[in-house]
Amino acid sequence: MAGENDIVTEVPSVAESVTEGATTEHLVEGGAYPAEEGGLVFHPLDQFIVRPLFGDGPISWYTPTNVTLWLAIAVLCVAALFIFATRNRSTIPSRSQSIAELLYGFTHKMVEDVAGKEGLRYFPYIMTLFVFILFANFLGLIPMSFSTTSHIAVTAVLGFGVFFGVTILGFILNGPAFLKLFWMSEAPLFLRPIIAVIEVISYFVRPVSHSVRLAGNITAGHAVIKVFAGFAAIAVLSPVSVVAIALIYGLEVLVAGIQAYVFAILTCVYLKDALHPAH
Amino acid sequence: MAIQTEAMAENVTEAGMPQLNFETFPNQIFWLLIALVAIYLILSRIALPRISAILAERSGTISNDLAAAEDLKNKASEAEKSYEKALADARAESNRIADEARAEAQRDLDAALTEADTKIAAQTAEAEAAIADIRSNASENVGEVARDVAQALVAAFGVDASADSVNAAVNDRMKG
Repeated sequence: MAGENDIVTEVPSVAESVTEGATTEHLVEGGAYPAEEGGLVFHPLDQFIVRPLFGDGPISWYTPTNVTLWLAIAVLCVAALFIFATRNRSTIPSRSQSIAELLYGFTHKMVEDVAGKEGLRYFPYIMTLFVFILFANFLGLIPMSFSTTSHIAVTAVLGFGVFFGVTILGFILNGPAFLKLFWMSEAPLFLRPIIAVIEVISYFVRPVSHSVRLAGNITAGHAVIKVFAGFAAIAVLSPVSVVAIALIYGLEVLVAGIQAYVFAILTCVYLKDALHPAH
Repeated sequence: MAIQTEAMAENVTEAGMPQLNFETFPNQIFWLLIALVAIYLILSRIALPRISAILAERSGTISNDLAAAEDLKNKASEAEKSYEKALADARAESNRIADEARAEAQRDLDAALTEADTKIAAQTAEAEAAIADIRSNASENVGEVARDVAQALVAAFGVDASADSVNAAVNDRMKG
């Protein structure tokens, strides 16, 4: 029983791990699966461990790790799509060039629609964020890969980067008038201070939700796939597990695109607040 | 199993959740910033200007092509117009030529007719003259014959009458 407890505590408490923990318990209790079937021990979060690429030493800030590797692959993919695929500058685009153009047009339109014409000055930054998250999410879906965007360290840098960038920009462009963002001029006078407090709190929660949303979605999806992969070691459950993995994988592909889009469009919304703070 | 639990224990000490292992944060943030800067430079220095140039060029090409198509269309309708004009001209010309030919034929015909008429008139006059001639000759001859016959008759009746009186009598009677 001690071993069982170990396993349960080892499976960390992501939302999904509740059911998963219960199943683990059940399987071990059943006793049908002896110790040699070590595959049954779930390590759904091992895929997120940051490891040095060379050697096994401590991780200092400059150590090349699997994070470095997959970030570099993401950069290379971006370069491949946006530099290599557009090298001919053809008026009639090749397939890969039209993908690059499609992403450009999509992001450009999003920035223009949400943040307005003035927002287009910041289009390269939003494009950088969108493209990075999109590629990191999709690369994370390759089996055996490492999802950089599943780490709160990464998404927090992005989220807080947007937060500070937008806040500083708001004060630079509007001066103290930026604070009108928190002052609902349409609301009844006696409600305005209360609303202002709520607005300020929600403003400061933005970067947290912005970054946790992305990391949480990616982490949860990958962990769930890993849990189902663990079940595949049991002959009886493996067909179900494989089908489930396929289905969840499809869902994750969707989530990868949608989360990148959500991150980018929220950035645009925050940018719009900085450009036009008055409600 | 023993190895595994050992590994597990190691993992657990490393981090309950790898995402919350703060030892790796500086590393991740460092490499992330490098990656972001790299992507930003790729996009802002090369990709975005290039793509916007491609898109601008494409819309330019499309509007140029549309203008050219419009131009060609105008040219085609102009050509059609001039063709129709040429056709109408040709038709008018052919009508004119036909009319002229007809008029000339009519003129020729009229000339021929007048000529024929004059010829006919001349011949008629000639014929009439001839007839009148013949007629006067004939009446002269009749008088002579009558005089000759009357003299012979008078002689046959045994009446002696001068030739002059017989002639006068015959002429008298013929006038009467």
